[in-house]
Amino acid sequence: MLAFKRLARQIGGLAVVLAIASLVIFLLIEAAPGDPASIMLGTNASPDTVAALRAELGLDRPLLLRYLSWLGGVFTGDLGNSYTYGVPVAQLIGDRLAVTVPLTAIATLLSIVISLPLGVWAANRPNGPVDTLASLFSQVGIAVPNFWIGLLLILGVALGLGWLTPGGFPGWQAGAWPALEALILPAIALAIPQSAVLTRVTRAAVIEVTNEDFVRTARAKGMSRTRALWRHTVPNALLPVVTMLGLQIPFLISGAVLVENVFTLPGIGTLAYQALSQRDLIVVQNVVLMFTLIVMVVNVIVDALYAVLDPRLRGRT
Amino acid sequence: MRKLPFSLIAGGMITGGLLAAALLSRVWTPADPTAMNILNRLKAPGEAGLLGADQIGRDVLSIIMAGAWTSLGIAVTATLVGGAIGTLVGVSAAAKGGAFERVSMAVNGVLFSFPPILSAILLGALMGPGALTSITAIGVFMIPVFARVTRGAALQIWSRDFVQAARMAGKGPALITLQHILPNISAQIIVQLAIQTGLAILSEAGLSFLGMGVAPPTPSWGRMLADAQTFISAAPHLVLAPGLAIAAAVLGLNLLGDGLRDLTDPRRRQAS
Repeated sequence: MLAFKRLARQIGGLAVVLAIASLVIFLLIEAAPGDPASIMLGTNASPDTVAALRAELGLDRPLLLRYLSWLGGVFTGDLGNSYTYGVPVAQLIGDRLAVTVPLTAIATLLSIVISLPLGVWAANRPNGPVDTLASLFSQVGIAVPNFWIGLLLILGVALGLGWLTPGGFPGWQAGAWPALEALILPAIALAIPQSAVLTRVTRAAVIEVTNEDFVRTARAKGMSRTRALWRHTVPNALLPVVTMLGLQIPFLISGAVLVENVFTLPGIGTLAYQALSQRDLIVVQNVVLMFTLIVMVVNVIVDALYAVLDPRLRGRT
Repeated sequence: MRKLPFSLIAGGMITGGLLAAALLSRVWTPADPTAMNILNRLKAPGEAGLLGADQIGRDVLSIIMAGAWTSLGIAVTATLVGGAIGTLVGVSAAAKGGAFERVSMAVNGVLFSFPPILSAILLGALMGPGALTSITAIGVFMIPVFARVTRGAALQIWSRDFVQAARMAGKGPALITLQHILPNISAQIIVQLAIQTGLAILSEAGLSFLGMGVAPPTPSWGRMLADAQTFISAAPHLVLAPGLAIAAAVLGLNLLGDGLRDLTDPRRRQAS
């Protein structure tokens, strides 16, 4: 019951926070120079034509009304038309998500698969060879920019060895493998810094829990080292790891913008970046809101998981 | 005199080197970092300068050195400003609790959902690319990062017996924060400052890679990499130097942060 109330309050909080965030985004874009109608029609358009288009786009309505109608559109999926592509923004975002979602999902999966075993193993034998390797990996992995890893992968793997593709995306209609092939190198570039962070957190968390009384008690009662590790230590060490996964989401999104640019993938990141350089502000506005929404929803989920994973926190909000 | 942690020494040396290169670039570089020399175009390391020359024949080593100044300047400013605001929010939230804590953490949630690149895209639409855009975009993201860390750390100290005692002695939350909370979390703040400056260097590089950072001809590591991508087959050496510079700078600051943590937190020393 308490958990339910907590969740309800969090969703309420999320709605308020999203309202604020959307207002901030809307006002920033409003304040940006450049009238969409003039941009669409070019510099030679007569003032009458511009005024007519402004009316058609609804740009002559009061500020508050335009904000509310945008917000309404967000719920109904009608985000307006792109100023440069002429297609609905919702469709544009949908198409691009078909690249960004698989890319970030593969990268996240890859980073968990690398970091969990590495971190647990390193913590289980502190100062051993695996631990040294893991610390080296996490120190260096956090420090290298993912777009540089991308460039190195293009240079070494795609151009050097001739494996996989150095960039571009054939689209899912070209088949699952050609599409996945185009996503492998970018996903690796995105996953390395992520797994470096996660390895470090996993190792620290496992070591910390290993020193807890209940683990010592379990060992004292005769439980084997390995069983105590998997039965008591790892489950309790997952809390900071899950938190870090949530905290990494903004970096994952930033990383996707960069890596998509390196590999010229038609994802949300390149869309946002191209829209900015073409001053397609309606696209910028909606993409930024969508990213914000994703980060916030993930944070609520992480918070909820936190309460599920740690009984001590169930009473606290 | 006890032995200093290895990470502190290594991190201190790398960060010191970075700082020295940045400062030195203000008075001396091997060549003018903005001077074109088309005869040296795309020349390999050794053929023209220690690290070669770029697509318009500028000396790579000189641009790297001057880029250190740009990078550090933006990263340090953004981290200090964002860190100070974030710390204030974090310790206040821990001290006041109640509605203030909820509201400030909600605002943090909003800020945290704007990673530097997203803020820069928004701010870029408003005021175009540039140093101020980069600093604001990175600094805004530092606020929730520091607020979270300091609030968490402060809450832990608040639950300790000596704080309870101070409370019973009649001290107010502001005084307790100043006398007991901040001194006890200052190590964590300093460690965060080092680590976050490193991350800010990463963000700055990413922003200039996308063309949203400082405008040319101001040297920047990120833009060097963006330029290098165009000539990746013809001049692979152009990809290496700026990337290594970024990685070394971030690694140095991270190691420094870790070393400071080991030095100041005895519990950590046992654990590692």
